[in-house]
Amino acid sequence: MNCQDLIQELSNFIDGELDAASKQELESHLKECTECKLVVDQTKKTVRLFCDSEPIELPGEVRNRLHNALRRKFKEAAH
Amino acid sequence: MLCANLKTETFGAGLLFSPRNFLSTPNPHRLASAVAREDEHLLVAAAKSGDATAFEELVSRYERKIFRLTMNITRNREDAEDAMQDAFLKSYSHLKTFQGDSRFYTWLVRIAANEALMRLRKRRPGQFSLDEPIEGDEDLMPRELQDWGPGPEQRFAQTEMREILSSVIDELEPDYRTVFVLRDIEELSTEETADALGISVPAVKSRLLRSRLKLRQKLDRYFKQGATN
Repeated sequence: MNCQDLIQELSNFIDGELDAASKQELESHLKECTECKLVVDQTKKTVRLFCDSEPIELPGEVRNRLHNALRRKFKEAAH
Repeated sequence: MLCANLKTETFGAGLLFSPRNFLSTPNPHRLASAVAREDEHLLVAAAKSGDATAFEELVSRYERKIFRLTMNITRNREDAEDAMQDAFLKSYSHLKTFQGDSRFYTWLVRIAANEALMRLRKRRPGQFSLDEPIEGDEDLMPRELQDWGPGPEQRFAQTEMREILSSVIDELEPDYRTVFVLRDIEELSTEETADALGISVPAVKSRLLRSRLKLRQKLDRYFKQGATN
């Protein structure tokens, strides 16, 4: 496996979707290639920063507007 | 799921919000997703049989996540609010058609993503299409790599980190951003993302890889050793 091959398989690797043989090949390359190791680690960190995020609180006026619209919808449905 | 896989690693930081920031710091009052999943089908069944309170509970449970999703796709506050509201109203109108083949939340995300994309296309007519061909075998290897040091998340205050993440995701092209948001923030599977966006699984995989690499590269500006904080 060379560096280009690794990049093509990067998502499959960090998503745990590689078969055992490909995973082993990729991990062997990582042991020898500092640059690819940096790419893998930094890409994982990038994803982690985003996926670890929590949704914000919905602003009060937005929430009120949403729930008022829903209640109008419920009334329409009831008639 | 990548996010779940990565949770075992010691890394993390809160994210974004200001008018530009749509992700936030960890919420200690958040309902654990496993608990939310356990009774979701009961609430859906009650709502389908006409219990409006049950539907409102589902809305309360997911409104913040759906708002984050519509904000992240549209990057426009007004559009995001409208897309979120219409997504919930449509999901109520079409609730009887929900067969329970997927989680209710996944079904809702699909509706909300389509509402957000419709508004994005209106605001940027002709500027992007998820149907555009995928790039070929171009060289994706990042260049001039630099170490980020022991932990960029420790070098920045939470508010600063939120600004950084909001800024870099804002720079991502909408077709890449949408795939990244569905896969890596909302944690849909590759197949669910493809289904929600009406594109192929290889197209999702290709765009996800490129969006991850692009975001890594954009974060490099802030995180590399010696970068001006």
